[in-house]
Amino acid sequence: MNIAVCLKRVPDTETRIKIAPDGRSMDEAGVKFVLNPYDEYAVEEALRRKEAAGGGEVVAVALGPEAAQETLRTALAMGADRAVLLKTDQRPADPLPVARALAEELRAGGYDLILFGKLAVDDGAQAVGPMVAELLGLPCVSAVSHWEPLEGGGRARREIEGAVEVVEVKLPAVLTVDKGLNEPRYPALKGIMAAKKKPLEVKPVALDAGGLEIVQLALPPERKPGRILGEGPEAVPALIEALRVEAKVL
Amino acid sequence: MGGLLVVLEQRDGGLKKVSFEALAAARSLADRLAVGVDAIALGPTNLDATRAAQFGADEVVIIADDRVRLYQPHWYVGAITEQAKTKDYRAIVLPATALGKDLGPRLAARLGWPLAPDVTEVSAEGSELFVTRPVYAGKALLRLRVAAPRAVVSVRPNSFTPVEQGRTSSLRHTVLGPEGAAPAVRTVALEAPAEAKLDVAEAPIVVSGGRGLKEPANFKLLEDLARALGGAAVGASRAAVDAGWRPHADQVGQTGKTVSPTLYFAIGISGAIQHLAGMRTAKVIVAINKDKDAPIFKVADYGIVGDLFEIVPRLTEEITKLRAGA
Ligand SMILES: Cc1cc2nc3c(=O)[nH]c(=O)nc-3n(C[C@H](O)[C@H](O)[C@H](O)COP(=O)(O)OP(=O)(O)OC[C@H]3O[C@@H](n4cnc5c(N)ncnc54)[C@H](O)[C@@H]3O)c2cc1C
Ligand SMILES: Nc1ncnc2c1ncn2[C@@H]1O[C@H](COP(=O)(O)O)[C@@H](O)[C@H]1O
Repeated sequence: MNIAVCLKRVPDTETRIKIAPDGRSMDEAGVKFVLNPYDEYAVEEALRRKEAAGGGEVVAVALGPEAAQETLRTALAMGADRAVLLKTDQRPADPLPVARALAEELRAGGYDLILFGKLAVDDGAQAVGPMVAELLGLPCVSAVSHWEPLEGGGRARREIEGAVEVVEVKLPAVLTVDKGLNEPRYPALKGIMAAKKKPLEVKPVALDAGGLEIVQLALPPERKPGRILGEGPEAVPALIEALRVEAKVL
Repeated sequence: MGGLLVVLEQRDGGLKKVSFEALAAARSLADRLAVGVDAIALGPTNLDATRAAQFGADEVVIIADDRVRLYQPHWYVGAITEQAKTKDYRAIVLPATALGKDLGPRLAARLGWPLAPDVTEVSAEGSELFVTRPVYAGKALLRLRVAAPRAVVSVRPNSFTPVEQGRTSSLRHTVLGPEGAAPAVRTVALEAPAEAKLDVAEAPIVVSGGRGLKEPANFKLLEDLARALGGAAVGASRAAVDAGWRPHADQVGQTGKTVSPTLYFAIGISGAIQHLAGMRTAKVIVAINKDKDAPIFKVADYGIVGDLFEIVPRLTEEITKLRAGA
């Protein structure tokens, strides 16, 4: 089974965001970057599907700056066979140009399965996976938290508001994966060493600008300072009063 | 210039509140642009989309067919792009729900329009559209100008207030054609719990618990409080979810759901940055924690320091009394 898995380099979730002087981007000084947490589930699932099929190849693909090579090495250390970096410093606010460039790369690969994270924790767009599927004319299930292989495809479960959708899909297909699908493995030392020798191809790409222009990136308004109303159950009436009279939410 | 097209979302034939929120967002833009708002709804034969008129649609296109009782992406994408071809719409607006987050990108890719997902504000200046969306899990806000002639915009639940209007709109029923080859992807079932459960992302009040609850059975305290409040959902921190105490669907935070309720209770939750990312846009935050230095108190509007096992039952009791009196 040949599987592609798309990975994004993102700021660590602990990052405190500072706005860059241009007022339109994040100040990256001192920021630690990691493999997008949801993409770890995607890599793990790719490896498991390949293992279950008893053969094939797992190809990790990232679009991003030179430094995204590290992100790809993480996937190689986990067990991916080779990697492709679509190198660009462009970061359009519109997810469509990114999806177009990834689709272009994936089109000729003849993959049985193309995996994405449910969302990237930086832009949180939850868009690139289904867009790539649409551009390639492939079926897609998004936010998959459970997967059961069937002959020629599989049955996916995805959480929706207050319920679970059960979706059947034929391969080749695109899946975007949610937490809960699996428990990602940690790269072992052996894997990390092996990753250094695995092929990583760098291909420069130029993205179209997309249809959205960044006007401003700003920190959210500070919440106005709150109050401790007291200690223990004796403070409950004061809380009710505050919610009723001051905040008017009860 | 063309108007706006709103995609309505239904469950069991009734329109969901998020549909009216999407209509409210579209209506506010349409009024500034002096254009109309159309809406489209797909659902089972008992689909009732008449209320879309009340909430701001000028024309409602209704496709009531049991083949779209559940969300079927190929039918949705087909019908909506078909509708988009009939008029020169400026934007398609849809709710940023599980359905909308799946559908929005497909529509954008199919139509070649930009996608502004999960926005919390929309505005029009002259003929230009602007949106604001939280990024970095709500740690920053990104304001965007739509630089293309058309766009797909999804709106975050609980961010726009439905406005009832004295509008008369026309309802237009259309049908789906015959299905060609079997689609490669099909929703086969919707498994809803026996007792309908309000989702944390949609509930106007969320009562969340964390590791401080100590064991899963103690979440009953929060369920009692939620019931007393009415219209409340019970959420959880990742620590509670990872311990297996609560389902992942209830997790609030960076790798869970983002919620914007009117009222959020953080009970026995320390307030880690990843948790705050998911709830900091709540209108009012209440924290109950025995540690007066817990970071959650920095974002809470109101806090009580102390043992949740003493405070929560008392709170439930007082709310019940208040509700009985009201
Ligand atoms: C990549 C990544 C993603 C993450 N995503 C999320 C996410 O989506 N959501 C999320 O919540 N976390 C997330 N986390 C985890 C986060 O960092 C914290 O570990 C987690 O939020 C802690 O949960 P907690 O507050 O329940 O537990 P703790 O931090 O252990 O806090 C428990 C609190 O309960 C209080 N307490 C204990 N007993 C009582 C009592 N009897 N009465 C009153 N108070 C009491 C304590 O004082 C303490 O403040 C993520 C972490 C990473 C690395
Ligand atoms: N620049 C990128 N390079 C490779 N994959 C990406 C990129 N951006 C997004 N993705 C993939 O698409 C998923 C969803 O991202 P997003 O639509 O940005 O929330 C991610 O989890 C990745 O799998």
